[in-house]
Amino acid sequence: MISFSLWDIVRNLLLAGRWTVLLSLSTFVLGGVVGMLILFARMSKRNFMRQGAKLYIEVFQGTPLLMQLFLIFFGLALFGLEVPAWLAAAIALTLWSASFLAEIWRGCVDAIPRGQWEASSVLAMGHFQQMRHIILPQALRIAIPPTVGFGVQVIKGTAVTSIIGFVELSKAGTVITNATFMPFTVFAIVGLFYFALCWPLSKYSQFLERKFNAAHRH
Amino acid sequence: MPLIAIEDVKKSYGDNEVLKGIRLSVDAGEVIAIIGKSGSGKSTLLRCINGLETINEGSISVAGAYLGTSELELKTLRLKVGMIFQQFNLFPHLSVGRNVMISPMIVKGVSEEEARALAKKNLERVGLAEKFDSFPDQLSGGQQQRVAIARALSMQPQALLCDEITSALDPELVNEVLAVVRSLAEDGMTLLMVTHEMRFAREVCDRVVFMHQGKVHEIGPPEELFTHPKTPELQQFIGMTH
Repeated sequence: MISFSLWDIVRNLLLAGRWTVLLSLSTFVLGGVVGMLILFARMSKRNFMRQGAKLYIEVFQGTPLLMQLFLIFFGLALFGLEVPAWLAAAIALTLWSASFLAEIWRGCVDAIPRGQWEASSVLAMGHFQQMRHIILPQALRIAIPPTVGFGVQVIKGTAVTSIIGFVELSKAGTVITNATFMPFTVFAIVGLFYFALCWPLSKYSQFLERKFNAAHRH
Repeated sequence: MPLIAIEDVKKSYGDNEVLKGIRLSVDAGEVIAIIGKSGSGKSTLLRCINGLETINEGSISVAGAYLGTSELELKTLRLKVGMIFQQFNLFPHLSVGRNVMISPMIVKGVSEEEARALAKKNLERVGLAEKFDSFPDQLSGGQQQRVAIARALSMQPQALLCDEITSALDPELVNEVLAVVRSLAEDGMTLLMVTHEMRFAREVCDRVVFMHQGKVHEIGPPEELFTHPKTPELQQFIGMTH
């Protein structure tokens, strides 16, 4: 029987943790881009764009992330499209986070007073100019704390991808447990790793919230 | 050929008809006050002129640009006519200078230096040249409203719509804004203002429009309307405000 030192466990978790970080980052960036597109569709003057965006948001917020992951990983395979686990994980998390980010940001855009739209309209700005120069810069300020807060959800959300065999932190925990028979130690360390990733972000989010509330340049 | 032509304009919100066939033409350089009780449709009329509200019937044109529904038609119209609001609506995330510069730059494609020079000139005109780098929340209401006027002027409109622009101001700040409006009138700017400042309307305006229940009820030179109101509604309205 091979024996494992604590350092063996930590080292292997650290290696797997890179994938958790990488997956979180790519999800956050890509989800942000898709979320921004959904936001624009959601605020479009064209009805079918608005309805489409609404449907998207309702579908991805109204079903479990796990289902979405299964559908992309196994569902696409049914059509002969073999998707590697890392890609399925990235796609599912991106689509899922886009629906939440779009809705968070829409709330922030809605919080901008109507007068800002009217004032920029009468200065002859078009819709995109209004968004780009007047509305989004103001919405961004109030969007930062909830967006960073959602980042925490994304990090924890990556744990779900272990189920399709993507070896990130949680999956590595399972694998190491199977080899070492030390579930408590292993998962306690896994938990600490997640905490180490999420806690600074939550703190940062709280700090931002205070900052933007205090120095209130609207 | 009038600068602003409003022809048989009707507008309803659902079953509620707020404008019941408005006809009004305004010549270039004219200063017109629109008075009336709240709910008489005066603000709605003003907001129809630059397409902030849609109309159900009739037509509106400013210097040959007709009110339409497409973004291009609206843009063409809004380049001819500026507007100032009761609540100022300055852009809080931009400095005073940037507030004034932004639209000429992104809408008209004016260069930054040119926009800056124009902004400085217009801020000077409203007496706020030294506030160029301040932010809106560092200014008093009266100063903010004057910046809003400078911002509208920087688009070089042919007419300005003023929607109760002194109603949100503390009494001691009203005069500084009215002084600016008066100087605009003297410089020949075409002004259409919804106002409760009767004395100002009387002194500065060429014509006064009294609106009542969605119609132009009485119209004429201020002396005539204020000293010899013909209709009982106007008599009552003037009695109320004096």
